[in-house]
Amino acid sequence: MESIGVLMACPMNSYLEQQLENRFKLFRFWTVPDKSSFLASHKDSIQAVVGNAFAGADAKLIEALPKLEIVASFSVGLDKIDLAKCKEKGIRVTNTPDVLTEDVADLAIGLMLAVLRKLCESDRFVRSGKWKRGEYVLTTKKLVQKARALSYKSCNCGPHSNDNVPFLLFMRVPFSLCSLCFRPFLTSTIFQLFQFTGKRVGIIGLGRIGMAIATRAEAFSCPISYYSRTEKPEIKYKYYPSVVELAANCDILVVACALTTETHHIINREVIDALGPKGVLINIGRGPHVDEPELVSALVEHRLGGAGLDVFEHEPEVPEELFGLDNVVLLPHVGSGTVETRQAMADLVIGNLEAHFLKKPLLTPVV
Amino acid sequence: MAVAAENQSQPPQNDLPYVLILKPPAAFNIFGDRFFHSPKFQFLKAFESPFPLSQFLLTHAQSVQAILTSASGSVTADTIRLLPHLGLVVTTSQGIDHIDRSECRRRGIAVAGAGTIFSTDCADFAVGLLLDVLRKVSAANRYVKQGLWSSQENYPLGNKLGGKQVGIVGLGSIGTEVAKRLEAFRCSISYNSRSKKPSVPYTFYPNVVELAVNCDALIICCALTDETHHLIGKEVLSALGKDGVIINIARGPIIDEKELVQCLIKREIRGAGLDVFEHEPDVPVELLALDNVVMSPHNAVCTTESLEELRKTVVGNFEAFFSNEPLLTPVPLDDLPHLSG
Repeated sequence: MESIGVLMACPMNSYLEQQLENRFKLFRFWTVPDKSSFLASHKDSIQAVVGNAFAGADAKLIEALPKLEIVASFSVGLDKIDLAKCKEKGIRVTNTPDVLTEDVADLAIGLMLAVLRKLCESDRFVRSGKWKRGEYVLTTKKLVQKARALSYKSCNCGPHSNDNVPFLLFMRVPFSLCSLCFRPFLTSTIFQLFQFTGKRVGIIGLGRIGMAIATRAEAFSCPISYYSRTEKPEIKYKYYPSVVELAANCDILVVACALTTETHHIINREVIDALGPKGVLINIGRGPHVDEPELVSALVEHRLGGAGLDVFEHEPEVPEELFGLDNVVLLPHVGSGTVETRQAMADLVIGNLEAHFLKKPLLTPVV
Repeated sequence: MAVAAENQSQPPQNDLPYVLILKPPAAFNIFGDRFFHSPKFQFLKAFESPFPLSQFLLTHAQSVQAILTSASGSVTADTIRLLPHLGLVVTTSQGIDHIDRSECRRRGIAVAGAGTIFSTDCADFAVGLLLDVLRKVSAANRYVKQGLWSSQENYPLGNKLGGKQVGIVGLGSIGTEVAKRLEAFRCSISYNSRSKKPSVPYTFYPNVVELAVNCDALIICCALTDETHHLIGKEVLSALGKDGVIINIARGPIIDEKELVQCLIKREIRGAGLDVFEHEPDVPVELLALDNVVMSPHNAVCTTESLEELRKTVVGNFEAFFSNEPLLTPVPLDDLPHLSG
């Protein structure tokens, strides 16, 4: 099979790259300086494309490769592949379901715990030396009382900086000064922690990943509810016929559905308002599921309680307004990012390609 | 006098019994010093006095019937001996290792703690720390917030939690809640405890070294006692091995911290999640630079919801005591160390 040309859309996994190189004639698309002339000169040798969550096979690429027979995605999401075009041209499509279900679900719970219990902020607090310094300074009771009284009137200056150390040093009450209006405010870092056990979890999309999130959250006594294209009568969780209703009736809303034209911006202003200032949004689906500018302003204006995001609309760009918020956890699309799972995914991609070219049944076909 | 002036909010009520506070609990710092207020008793705040503690105690020795303490304040035999009418010590923590049990037992002084209020919060935190260490949540969050995610290069891979062997040290109420949660992640649970628990479906190992040999992650959930001091040392950490993770939400001194730091620096274990340290708030400076450690300032239990439960329990215990009613959450002071974890 060494003569079979495989085009790898972007860097995704060195083990996979190695395996593809061993078995096929591998073309690394990201190393090509002029993509259109490359495609023009190699169009007859490329029979397979390997894509992932960042880059796949859109209509333009498919049209440029007349010998293309199979697109194998190193992901379970198919939003980067023009499925209709593939169907039209008889091109097979495979993905990597099941092997990554647990890791993505684990990460969803990990994000919930990190946001509600402020794990990342706690770690940051210790690393900065602030915990240690807090012990060594005198407490001035009057100043504490005054600050506490003032801090209940929140200023309207927007996101506060947590880095005003001098006032943090004054007392073991963590408060800082707003760098714009100099009003003291209680730093929510480490001391406004919310319990996770028993919180209502609402899941958008009750597929493999959604169900895995549900069974994990149940172990924390979280009541589960969901929204799906159709109600699943065999499922014991409460169904809501709209995302807004689901958002209004849960504390933590998780996006776990596929990205399609229908689910684009499924999290919009209305949903965010329904979730509210005590609600938390977790996105382990795709960035475009969320209207990102709306989400950012809701978080900055404290209209939403918090967010845990593994995906963004224009990765790897992440809205910088989120960087200073202690109720937001941001991850660089690592949902399936474990040694074990990426290996299993790579093996599936190779297995599917080999099966195809040996004219055997595909392992995990989509089209 | 500064102290008298600042106590204006509560005029002295001579008929209310006194509860002594040596050092303010964390809840006072968060919610103010009326957090544990009750119309049935009043607080005597040693920490607000300009006088040294020994003098303060001598002055008020005859009036003190009860003490409110927290995990960071010791109630020593010396202190207890200065208070002839002391009948109750209430701690805001689940652990009682900071209270001199034998002196209390000798004097017939009751001890009440947080009961199992914090068990679910501690368990949630333990799972959160384990996920954070394995999946690099805090490290990756730091990476993104520093603006370092600039290309589609993959962030370094983490490790899968599913299917891992998890060993729980101390299968009390916290350990049980941890086990229940991790089972949903398809982890296999085993444990070490003072004695095997016959009704429990998990594998028992008679000592911690054997437990560590057979686990990918160790979660410390036991009480701190003379027996468990430095229970986790070089031998256990070697047994845990270079792919092993350790999570401590119990007490710092259960782990030999110097050994742990060396193991982490030399990558002799994979990582650690620590809410507690041997000499809080001092954290070994070597840890502050490591990416395979997640740390928190002993706040695994500080959720808004639990602190409200704590408020009711602390106030309820004092009110019961002063009304000669049974305590809500008494801690047995028998010869066997109480497994509060």
